[in-house]
Amino acid sequence: MATTSSMFMYSLTIQPPTAVTQAILGQFAGTKEQQIVTASGSRLTLQRPDATHGNLTTLLSHDVFGIIRSLAAFRLAGSNKDYIIIGSDSGRITIIEYVPAQNRFNRVHLETFGKSGVRRVIPGQHLAADPKGRACMIASVEKNKLVYVLNRNAQAELTISSPLEAHKNQTLVFAMIALDVGYENPIFAALELDYGDSDQDPTGRAYENADKQLVFYELDLGLNHVVRKWTDTVDRTANMLFQVPGGTDGPSGVLVCGEESITYRHANQEAFRVPIPRRKGATEDPERKRYITAGVMHKMRGTFFFLLQSEDGDLFKVTIDMVEDDNGQPTGEVARLKIKYFDTVPLASSLCILKSGFLFVAAEAGSHHFYQFEKLGDDDNEEVFDSDNFPADPTEPYEPAYFHPRSAENVALVQSIDSMNPMMSCKVANLTDEDAPQIYSICGSGARSNFKTLKHGLSVSEIVESELPSMPSAVWTTKRNREDQYDAYIVLSFANGTLVLSIGETVEEVTDTGFLSSAPTLAVQLLGEDALVQVHPKGIRHIRPGGRINEWPAPQHRSIVAATTNERQVAVALSSGEIVYFEMDVDGSLAEYDEKREMSGTVTCLSLGEVPAGRVRSAFLAVGCDDSTVRILSLDPDSTLENKSVQALTAAPSSLNIMPMADSSSGGSTLYLHIGLYSGVYLRTVLDEVTGELSDTRTRFLGPRPVKLFRVSVQGQPAVLALSSRSWLGYSEPQTKSFMLTPLDYVPLEWGWSFSSEQCTEGMVGIQAQNLRIFNVEKLSNNLLQETIPLCYTPRHFVRHPDHPLFYVISSDANVLAPSTRRRLLADPALVNGDAAVLPPEDFGYPRGKGHWASCIQVVDPVTTKSVLETLELEEIEEAAKQAAVNGASVNQAVVSQAAVNEAAVSMCIASFASQDNETFLVVGTGKDMVTSPRSFTCGFIHVYRFHNNGRSIEFIHKTKTDAPPLALLPFQGRLLAGVGADLKIYDLGMKQLLRKSQCLSVVPNLIVDLQTQGSRIIVADVRESVTYVVYKFAENTLIPFADDTIARYTTATTMLDYETTAGGDKFGNLWALRCPAKASEAADEEGGGAHLVHERGYLQGTSNRLELMVHFFTQDIPTALHKTALVPGGREVLLWGGLMGTLGILVPFVSREDVDFFQSLEGHLRAEDAPLAGRDHLIYRSYYVPVKGVIDGDLCERYARLGRDAKERIAGELDRSVREVERKIADMRTRVAY
Amino acid sequence: MADKLRAQQQLEALQSRYVGTGHADTTKFEWTSNIARDSYASYVGHPPLLQYMAIGLGEPREKVRLQMVEKMVQPVGKPPAVED
Repeated sequence: MATTSSMFMYSLTIQPPTAVTQAILGQFAGTKEQQIVTASGSRLTLQRPDATHGNLTTLLSHDVFGIIRSLAAFRLAGSNKDYIIIGSDSGRITIIEYVPAQNRFNRVHLETFGKSGVRRVIPGQHLAADPKGRACMIASVEKNKLVYVLNRNAQAELTISSPLEAHKNQTLVFAMIALDVGYENPIFAALELDYGDSDQDPTGRAYENADKQLVFYELDLGLNHVVRKWTDTVDRTANMLFQVPGGTDGPSGVLVCGEESITYRHANQEAFRVPIPRRKGATEDPERKRYITAGVMHKMRGTFFFLLQSEDGDLFKVTIDMVEDDNGQPTGEVARLKIKYFDTVPLASSLCILKSGFLFVAAEAGSHHFYQFEKLGDDDNEEVFDSDNFPADPTEPYEPAYFHPRSAENVALVQSIDSMNPMMSCKVANLTDEDAPQIYSICGSGARSNFKTLKHGLSVSEIVESELPSMPSAVWTTKRNREDQYDAYIVLSFANGTLVLSIGETVEEVTDTGFLSSAPTLAVQLLGEDALVQVHPKGIRHIRPGGRINEWPAPQHRSIVAATTNERQVAVALSSGEIVYFEMDVDGSLAEYDEKREMSGTVTCLSLGEVPAGRVRSAFLAVGCDDSTVRILSLDPDSTLENKSVQALTAAPSSLNIMPMADSSSGGSTLYLHIGLYSGVYLRTVLDEVTGELSDTRTRFLGPRPVKLFRVSVQGQPAVLALSSRSWLGYSEPQTKSFMLTPLDYVPLEWGWSFSSEQCTEGMVGIQAQNLRIFNVEKLSNNLLQETIPLCYTPRHFVRHPDHPLFYVISSDANVLAPSTRRRLLADPALVNGDAAVLPPEDFGYPRGKGHWASCIQVVDPVTTKSVLETLELEEIEEAAKQAAVNGASVNQAVVSQAAVNEAAVSMCIASFASQDNETFLVVGTGKDMVTSPRSFTCGFIHVYRFHNNGRSIEFIHKTKTDAPPLALLPFQGRLLAGVGADLKIYDLGMKQLLRKSQCLSVVPNLIVDLQTQGSRIIVADVRESVTYVVYKFAENTLIPFADDTIARYTTATTMLDYETTAGGDKFGNLWALRCPAKASEAADEEGGGAHLVHERGYLQGTSNRLELMVHFFTQDIPTALHKTALVPGGREVLLWGGLMGTLGILVPFVSREDVDFFQSLEGHLRAEDAPLAGRDHLIYRSYYVPVKGVIDGDLCERYARLGRDAKERIAGELDRSVREVERKIADMRTRVAY
Repeated sequence: MADKLRAQQQLEALQSRYVGTGHADTTKFEWTSNIARDSYASYVGHPPLLQYMAIGLGEPREKVRLQMVEKMVQPVGKPPAVED
């Protein structure tokens, strides 16, 4: 099918994925400093650790438009710069380098070795680079291994050889690393398993006896040939390998980690094994064996150690003792392996130890942690287990090792990096009555689960807030001398006077500054070297050093209404509409120009730009008049106050500001005129530095109040502070230099000015009612603010109360002991002293038990108290209800008499029942004794809860047994619709249980996972077979499926875009929209009975109609929630989706065909001009499972801003537009609807 | 005859290069094993999918990865007895 569609969407990411699949460490900038490169989804992010502040800052984030599967860093001998190898889905090996000067990644090599895509035999899964940077091996899960020799040529450039093969048929690779062998031939070690025999043996004996092998592949650099040098059988459960330092640093070899075993192996050494110690505690199963799931080796000053993490998150320090010779010098022979408990940190996908003494934990779920080492666990009294006491053969019996987990002693958390991964669901609502809605999401897993509120804004740190005696109207700061580093005075203007405060150790009022204190002030300026100017309604006061004061009085019967100043010029507007212009003389005095200019209307605002470096004056004066115009007047001595250009506006301007700012179109700095209107609209236009022409106007609505604009400085960059009903900051995005306008997460201000002091070099001062506030903005890189409320278990679903700003979250964890079980175990009298200590589960996780479920319902208030109001453990609901029953309340006795509940909540909704006077109830679906894989359960239940206290607490009423856990619930026409297994059922609320009113068996082929409805139409999503449209015939009380899909989509989330169209996401990371054919849609809704639908003949074993695919797009991240919503005030509705890895994205519908054509050709040019870094073809990447249809990749289009000037010009030329126009179109697509 | 031989050779080349390429005598066991192994390799190779399953199973990602690769050894049970 052609890729044209009647529906076109523009896909944008508003928050990139935050899940880290792998993190590597290296000196990527070529300096001594180490950086961290992380892979998250398709993004490669370079982070710089700051040792003094103890935090990580993102330097660069690059979307490679491919699946990053593995990363490795290597360094050529004698060089000090690390290169990065990427194993991706492109069927190519990619070597990139970081170019610090341009802050970008540069591809050095791209070598094709196989088909694209993630396949069983195409290398990319495992990647290992020789520690001396001489070779790398890239392997697939099965069979294929390729070795590339890395070298440098005469120009000191990196070269890569053609691949050497080391394939072995029918062999699975579990793990692969490079051995540290010093400068001998590079050796790669792989954990392999040959399944050839077990595939042939019908008795199954070969399968049982299959051995896992540790295989050493040696690359003979002389012969340019790879050989299997050595193999030996290792523990069957082995899953990971770690490199042991070799050469002069250690004995070389590997650590092989398996179930409760860490074994040292090398070709010429004995095997040494230590067990992974088990946790000791009342609630811990003493028989449970652990795996190592992550780890890191660290070398320092001739020694080395490993930090290996078990699946509970416990870090163990593993060291190797060497045999000593007669002189006490270590020989190359290993004596023993030692292990001891180190600390507990969140379960990691990667660990990195920095030379500066930090530990980066890229967490599997929840926020990533950045720790500082306080000590290395050398002199504590943790028990050490060594290999002398344990047999090297894992099958031999041994006494397990135990330890007591304790709070961290060796590492201290210095930074927690917010991560939304895994995001289980999200919703958009405006609960705080702000201009823009907030995004509410449930993320994290286990005890590190969170309820997060996301708000568009920049975080502000307040430094001072102080109340003033009366309401000020304006504030300025000024230095006393041009050479001063910091501001000296704060000048406050009141309705009838002016107050001057001096900034020093303390801020106090001063009276001897020469400022006129009996009148309000219009402007304050440091003029020339050391003179001050105060503009007040009656004149201009020029305060010369030494206290000499020159006063220019305003002409009689006229007053000054607007003023603007810079360090050499002053312009004032009089109430008569005249403009008077002054310039500083050589001797430092202000000289009035004879030319005066009378404007047609009253002047509302004026602006002079800063004096450009090397000039004597700013060439333009911008004048805003109440006839809704802005005029640019020339200040050139030859043509003083002559009109240069005019711009008509939609309302009278309230504020103007001429300011140079960094600009992505020109690559340098451009002069802008910022205009604020009385209507609350903000405009930014480019002011031509030569002609004074205004062009490229961009508009944004900030709020209903008049806009005031101020020049401030953030991170050394000029920025504009725009004040309306909210405070906004306009700045250049640090990476792309494109202009961003983001609200500040702060009180609305009435006036603002820049502020600089010793404590706060780049601050701002503002007035809010009667308060003076000093604050600063530190981070410009993140414009989505998060607020976090911790939850109990992995959240599964949440709903919002229909009237109150409250959310109800269900959460559950498999294989975790419920609190009642934990309490029973802790109450056991046989408990050994010391085992009863309960550690905080956020850090240590919950005690685990196979087959157990812990699950609860929580009431969350994200607005006022920002906390969980009530937690109901499912395990205890019945007991509480029983208590209530004893006390005389009416509860169904029959159901309450069960012992072990072992239920877990799987779905929820809020339904109002027509039979109960439309009272709303919370309905929760649960499953009993569920096993995820292979799927099994005892039965399901539907619980009903009543709201109390405005929804702030809930009360259990009754529960109804169902055949299977109801995975989807939906309020439907005053009753409840439930998807139970493959059946759709309608329930009404009864006194003792729910009453089934109607049902339709096997609506979908497998399992209903989601339900949506509009009118009588129900959209039923199947776990494997896309969606089915069902109509409910009220007269006959029947549910009739009438349309389904042609493609098996493993649906995870759906939403209805309109009555005919459903958008959804699937487990493989696709987004799609399906539409019901008009004829079928009408036929389904025909009046009367549904006989014609029931008797219609099915088509190809499905319903009689098929849905049409409108839109299809591969996002990589698994969509877990979709919503049709508007995100900005006045913006159009977009389709917002949230992904499992923490992505937030939007699909914006196109309105005009011209825009579609424009962006399609832009996309085409960018694919060619800026081909994805990892070598994946962009179009094929977005068409991973199904050809992309009706979607333009906005993330690719936005890369336009990062191109070089030449490439920009070229593309713009091809599109018959200017670079500025192209950038404006791209920026508009985002700013009109989102952030 | 030569054409047939060449076709045969090409097929064999494909089969050796791309594991799972079928032939006229592919058995049900081989076919289903291949599909299952391809699926498991795909689950392991797509990070979001692996995480999705890890959350569902309530296990760490690394353990799920190990289980998946382990299942690739014999994904659909014992091979059928060879009938003579």
